[in-house]
Amino acid sequence: MRRFLRPGHDPVRERLKRDLFQFNKTVEHGFPHQPSALGYSPFLRLMAIGTRSGAIKLYGAPGVEFMGLHEENNTVMQIHFIPDQCQLVTLLDDNSLHLWSLKQHGGASELREEHRFTLKGPPGSPPSATQVTAVLPHSSREVLYLGTESGNIFVVELPSFRVLEDRTITPEAVLQRIPEDNCNRRSCELVEALREHPKNPDQILIGYSRALIVLWDLQNNKAIHHFLGSQQLENLYWQRDGSKFISCHYDGSYTQWPVSSDNRQSEPLENTVPYGPFPCKAISKIYWQTTKNGLPYIIFQGGMPRASYGDRHSISVIHGSQQTAFDFTSRVIDFFIIFSSDPAAEFDDPSALVVLAEEELVVIDLKSAGWPAVHPPYLASLHCSAITCSHHVSNIPLKLWERIISAGSKQNIHYSSMPWPIDGGTNIAPDPPQRDLLLTGHEDGTVRFWDASGVCLHLLYKLSTVKVFLTDADPNDNMNTLGEDEWPPLRKVGTFDPYSDDPRLGIQKIYLCKYSGYLAVAGTAGQVLVMELNDEDAEHVVDHAEADLLQDQEGYRWKGHEKLKTRDGPVRFEAGFQPFVLVQCQPPAVVTSLALHSEWKLVAFGTSHGFGLFDHQQKRLVFVKCTLHPSDQLALEGPLSRVKSLKKSLRQSFRRIRRSRVSSRKRRGGGGNASEVQEANAKFDQDALQEMELAPVQRKIEARSAEDSFTGFVRTLYFADTFLRDSSRHCPSLWAGTNGGTVYAFCLRVPPAERRMDEPVRAEQAKEIQLMHRAPVVGILVLDGRSTPLPEPLEVAHDLSKSPDMQGSHQLLVVSEEQFKVFTLPKVSSKLKLKLTALEGCRVRKVTVANFGSCKTDDYSENDLAVLTNLGDIQIISLPFLKLQIRYPCIRKEDVSGIASCVFTKYGQGFYLISPSEFERFSLSTKWLVEPRCIVDMPEVTSNNHVQNKSGTENAARKS
Amino acid sequence: EFRRFSLERSKPGKFEEFYGLLQHVHKIPNVDVLVGYTDIHGDLLPINNDDNYHKAVSTANPLLRIFIQRKEDADYSAFGTDTMTRKKNVLSNVLRPDNHKKKPHIVISMPQDFRPVSSIIDVDILPETHRRVRLYKYGTDKPLGFYIRDGSSVRVTPHGLEKVPGIFISRLVPGGLAQSTGLLAVNDEVLEVNGIEVSGKSLDQVTDMMIANSRNLIITVRPANQRNNVVRNSRTSGSSGQSTESSLPSSTPNILGSLQAEEESDEEDIIIEDSGEPQQIPKAAPASESIESLSQIELLHESTQNGFLPSSQMSLNHSAGSISMEYEAPEPGPKSLEEDGTIITL
Repeated sequence: MRRFLRPGHDPVRERLKRDLFQFNKTVEHGFPHQPSALGYSPFLRLMAIGTRSGAIKLYGAPGVEFMGLHEENNTVMQIHFIPDQCQLVTLLDDNSLHLWSLKQHGGASELREEHRFTLKGPPGSPPSATQVTAVLPHSSREVLYLGTESGNIFVVELPSFRVLEDRTITPEAVLQRIPEDNCNRRSCELVEALREHPKNPDQILIGYSRALIVLWDLQNNKAIHHFLGSQQLENLYWQRDGSKFISCHYDGSYTQWPVSSDNRQSEPLENTVPYGPFPCKAISKIYWQTTKNGLPYIIFQGGMPRASYGDRHSISVIHGSQQTAFDFTSRVIDFFIIFSSDPAAEFDDPSALVVLAEEELVVIDLKSAGWPAVHPPYLASLHCSAITCSHHVSNIPLKLWERIISAGSKQNIHYSSMPWPIDGGTNIAPDPPQRDLLLTGHEDGTVRFWDASGVCLHLLYKLSTVKVFLTDADPNDNMNTLGEDEWPPLRKVGTFDPYSDDPRLGIQKIYLCKYSGYLAVAGTAGQVLVMELNDEDAEHVVDHAEADLLQDQEGYRWKGHEKLKTRDGPVRFEAGFQPFVLVQCQPPAVVTSLALHSEWKLVAFGTSHGFGLFDHQQKRLVFVKCTLHPSDQLALEGPLSRVKSLKKSLRQSFRRIRRSRVSSRKRRGGGGNASEVQEANAKFDQDALQEMELAPVQRKIEARSAEDSFTGFVRTLYFADTFLRDSSRHCPSLWAGTNGGTVYAFCLRVPPAERRMDEPVRAEQAKEIQLMHRAPVVGILVLDGRSTPLPEPLEVAHDLSKSPDMQGSHQLLVVSEEQFKVFTLPKVSSKLKLKLTALEGCRVRKVTVANFGSCKTDDYSENDLAVLTNLGDIQIISLPFLKLQIRYPCIRKEDVSGIASCVFTKYGQGFYLISPSEFERFSLSTKWLVEPRCIVDMPEVTSNNHVQNKSGTENAARKS
Repeated sequence: EFRRFSLERSKPGKFEEFYGLLQHVHKIPNVDVLVGYTDIHGDLLPINNDDNYHKAVSTANPLLRIFIQRKEDADYSAFGTDTMTRKKNVLSNVLRPDNHKKKPHIVISMPQDFRPVSSIIDVDILPETHRRVRLYKYGTDKPLGFYIRDGSSVRVTPHGLEKVPGIFISRLVPGGLAQSTGLLAVNDEVLEVNGIEVSGKSLDQVTDMMIANSRNLIITVRPANQRNNVVRNSRTSGSSGQSTESSLPSSTPNILGSLQAEEESDEEDIIIEDSGEPQQIPKAAPASESIESLSQIELLHESTQNGFLPSSQMSLNHSAGSISMEYEAPEPGPKSLEEDGTIITL
């Protein structure tokens, strides 16, 4: 099938390239970094989240998501959906308002910014006059009421954002209509809240910061009622029938007020400090929800006793005698309640509480007893513990998929069974082409299994390696163990827990065999665990072996961390992946490479000192090879000495930042006059230039030598069944590549299956290749006689791959950070090379073989190398001729952690972290594209507008 | 003494084998000798490698006359054009070395007995303001020994003079290869690395490119000091006098005459088979298709040795310094005219 590839600009090849390759950033997975605002439309059943960088993201039913970005990149302060419209308004911290709308285009909805607007006061007025503090989109959908710091309420027409000046509600006008002596101009400073009357759209409730609350008649421009509280006002909420409302205050109290037509000045019905009597923190937002059984739900944020619980981030739910304060591990940004939005319904009947905390989204089921949490299908907090590595496995067999899901479901029993309540919009994307798993390793020693097949990155199963080891932390964390009479009734919710008990537990490398269910994970303290999937709980002893990678090298002392202590005796493991053997590298340096061959039952691991091979069937170490250069002290001493220099360089860079800040402040001090500014600029430039002259950034040009540090660092390990010794017999082999450009090849003798337990696995070094450019070897690959990469272990056995061509001659591809080289096998002679760094000055950071299918013809596909460079570019390089096909800029080159986190899939997609909590997904393929494609229809506005988008769960299969 | 023997013309073999054969025929197995032959023009030419050996065999008509001298009393000046006709007595000198003793002369070793550490190359195709320097790192223990930095230089553009970022040599390590050549100096602007322009590349990119090429590094610089430039078409300069205007680059200085001559030999990886002796990895006989694809990758590396000038030429250029004085530009104006390589002032 492989076409003969000719060099140069072959028009046929160029056309084919267009059918094969295409770069798209398709979707962001995970939880938005630094969220700052939350909005919800009961009408569309969509939720919106704004961030500090000016992004706005809309979520509905799983798969329904939209993203927009404000040009200004300013913090989004507030989000308000326009009632019964596919529109929303955002308020940024630069006081600008933006109107966004969802419009259908090409069969799918798109989020677009329509208008922007900044409220302007009369000339000479202070900025506070127009500083928007409260936004009320009126149910007429025609106007927006904007409460400001000055107490003025401006009325703005939609969608044009034209200010209707004659309708402005000024504090003066309000005061005139209040026959009260104790109200003065200051009572009407700063509008805290604006609430429309639930039954009468001509009335709005205005809450001023200084506790004056006015019910305003929009038709007649007069105050119908006014209410005077004693404490600074935080927020307001109407009862459903409009006969009462509730206000919450700075001192941690809330007050119910009656609204009746007879008396004009009302006294509060009830005033409560829920967590009194000691001073409490403010209640910043409150909901009052009525139910059929008469007992209302009162749900509020904050209000904790200042002294003892002032640091808690809580939301309290009070329902009759039940009261729970949900305790979040990060700051609560905002929350909303999902309740019956049918205007004809008599009661609110709240079903769910949705809380946006700084690091996660938590949804509480208010219908089920005990108010359990709902497992979110998206917005997963990837960073509950910091991500230390990731591994992607494409095309998971259904059997393994189901077993992982079943193991995961046993972990999720404490979640509510409630269907996801935010279900607006319809996902019209085609079904994901295959089942993909993304595995993330975390600092706390866990591995999380994510369903990465579609747009929603969904947690399937969480594996913890901690149980194998003895750690200081008590595994029985006292979550949910509070006694009955504990006050306040705090209950921890959410999964975000950034504190690692022991950094040595961190997962560094993961390798999953999708056919056998064998999983190998390796960590920071030289631990390598081999696991097997078990559908039942089990209690067993984990076998333990040591691999001394220094062997007989003498006179070395490891100054790094100690190895982890193991737990003696049998350990109880829950259903899922259960470790059965632990190989501990000595010295316990971080494991830098890992490979598992499930057919031969072998696991290979490497550190900065060397590598080893372990037979996990016989539980026997086959061999170790020390790769350490005798003069490399740094690698021996462990990470300590490096840390020191890192600290130093950090300190220096901080100094540099401080210096540049000082000079930029100076520049700003130049002030109003333009020429002055210019002068200051010029001076600044000069200063900067001078600074550069004084301390130029220099780079040393020196050839790498064998004596450089960390040359022995094992970067890559690879199993291959190939011709290592002679061209007539192939045999299992293990290949290892080091930081110093050395490739070792070991010939393995694996006994046949029937004698697998009787005879030992033998290994013998067959080859050692030293690349003269000595750049780190980042990839090793064997191509078969048809120049196709060898299949994965068991792939052929499962009929998922053609068996490799063992007749023609095999080739070895060695990828270093600087060059790609093809050698012949078994006699190693160089055949081809691509000197990437010499030509372009970039270095290879990640490389994977990816299969690219043509979007035009179903039967054509080819294997190429997907390469990420240190400049953040992605290049596709053809196999086996090593020709650059195409290049796309993908990640900023300054984004070192983004580049380091990148993983490619087998079918030309990839993921990288854009923040600690978000993966950007990209696609290089025209064929395999996973991106949101969804429709948000305007539900019919009838008396019964509680239209359930049932179709949200059905996937309208579309022809791709 | 004379010996006569036959060789198969179609399969001459290697020089080493031939040399061994000579030693065997003359029964002088441990004596270092110098081998020469007379070509069709009657010149005495040396045989010291496979190439000139093959050339010599091919000129045999049908007889090839070969002269053998002991190395220690060899007369190097004997080789060259017109040697046989000009000095009729060469033959007698060779045959009767005792006569020759009267003529003491300084023994200068053959260039092939040395390893070059640096050279100026492509003088004929580069603007005079530029210098292309090759540093031979391989085999020497000396560090390359230099540092580069960011900086800015002034260019002539359609919009007038413009400051553009550039890469400069910032430091030479004493005793390093770079310093010992005398061809590179602090503040020289780096324009190309092994034929790839550095403009638009970051300091780190250029660093990586240089390190990637460190075993055979060719950098094109615009020396900060323009006094010692090679002057072309000037008889006194002694440099490649045959170079003409027509060979000058017309648009960019990015003409790669003789880059990567040693591309294939510069970095042969080493293989150790079965814990045996390390060996260089040979190049596989390329299949036709891979040649084609190679030509794409290594198009830049069309190898010709033409532009190669021995480093000894440098001293000539130095001596010509006073003559090229007139090209020195006191103010940056004319200098910058030469910078973009489109205008060449002579």
